[in-house]
Amino acid sequence: MAAGSGAPAESCVGQVVLPGDVLLLPAHPEDDGERLRLGAGAAPRGRLLCGPGLRRCPTGLLVTKCGLLRHRPAGGGAAGAAGGAYWVDSQQKRYVPVKGDHVIGIVTAKAGDVFKLDVGGSEQASLSYLAFEGATKRNRPNVQVGDLIYGQFLVANKDMEPEMVCIDSSGRSSGMGLIGQDGFLFKVSLGLIRKLLAPKCEIIQELSQLYPFELVLGMNGRIWKCPSCLTLGSSPWACGLLVLEPLVQL
Amino acid sequence: MAGEVKTKLSKNLLRMKFMQRGLDSQTKKLLEEEEKKIISEEHWYLDLPDLKEKESFIIEERSFMPCEDLLYGRMSFKGFNPEVEKLMIQMNSKCKEEEIEVDDKMEADVSDEEMARRYETLVGTIGKKFLRKRDQRVLQDEDEDGDSNARPSKKAKKKFLKPQD
Repeated sequence: MAAGSGAPAESCVGQVVLPGDVLLLPAHPEDDGERLRLGAGAAPRGRLLCGPGLRRCPTGLLVTKCGLLRHRPAGGGAAGAAGGAYWVDSQQKRYVPVKGDHVIGIVTAKAGDVFKLDVGGSEQASLSYLAFEGATKRNRPNVQVGDLIYGQFLVANKDMEPEMVCIDSSGRSSGMGLIGQDGFLFKVSLGLIRKLLAPKCEIIQELSQLYPFELVLGMNGRIWKCPSCLTLGSSPWACGLLVLEPLVQL
Repeated sequence: MAGEVKTKLSKNLLRMKFMQRGLDSQTKKLLEEEEKKIISEEHWYLDLPDLKEKESFIIEERSFMPCEDLLYGRMSFKGFNPEVEKLMIQMNSKCKEEEIEVDDKMEADVSDEEMARRYETLVGTIGKKFLRKRDQRVLQDEDEDGDSNARPSKKAKKKFLKPQD
């Protein structure tokens, strides 16, 4: 079924991969059965992170989305996987809820104790009114239909309705919650959001030098911008982003 | 009537605590074993061979955040929203903790050596407060023994002084 036995993963980095391709990983000396010896001389493999667009298969990694294969070498970031990461960089406009992602949702309905939010996915996400910082049964958050909320997914899988919360595991809001009343909301592709959120994004750096403003970027392709006091309104911004998008894609 | 037929007490009754106080150890053991047998026979278990979980070195992740080390989604520039700017520094530094570890040591008001010296003396003085009287006496003697080279002990052992005529 698979065309060919598969190519080694390192050789495909930066190239287009198609669904069904098998990427072979260099065989590590310890096979299943033995455990990782702690403090081994040669750098132990660590755990390889298999990111979006890739799946584990008996021989290596199976590609499930078409796009460019990216790789981050091992030992790069403290928070990331020790063994390096592979993922597929694909262009997509439709968002699929993923646990832990911070997104901007629009409140569409209030059903009892739960708000229904539109996050751009196939289903509406639910958000309990107690999932705000400092919310109790008596002290409910002042959220109306049509408000914008910045929150993260607590539960997001294909079998259940996605659930969002506006607090983190320690109970603090850390920036999540209701976003200000005025402002503009743009819908862009998911790839652009990732480019804008990359650690060294030139666009953001250059824009930050121009004038004071505030941005909220949701991983579901939505950007909220504060209403600025200058004459720059919504349309120049939207045009600007649309112009920048093809430039950023490369 | 009493001696003819001894009504047999049920097992459940015998298992109750108030009945077991009078029993001797052997019967207790027998009862326990019987109970265990009952449980183990009725206990359902899967008769499968132990599957050894393959220790895999690949973690599957559906989110882009750990792959690309994305920054925090809320941004504010040139002081538009100071709280968000504080948050930006906080959240983005969480990801890049390695760089910040070097600056982790806060400047202490008191240096380590001074702290050690103070602690030495402090522990002794506060500790004495909580000693019992007997121990305090012992401690005093010890202290004096230590200083005996420097000066002779002033307090001789108190004896009864005969009043002189």
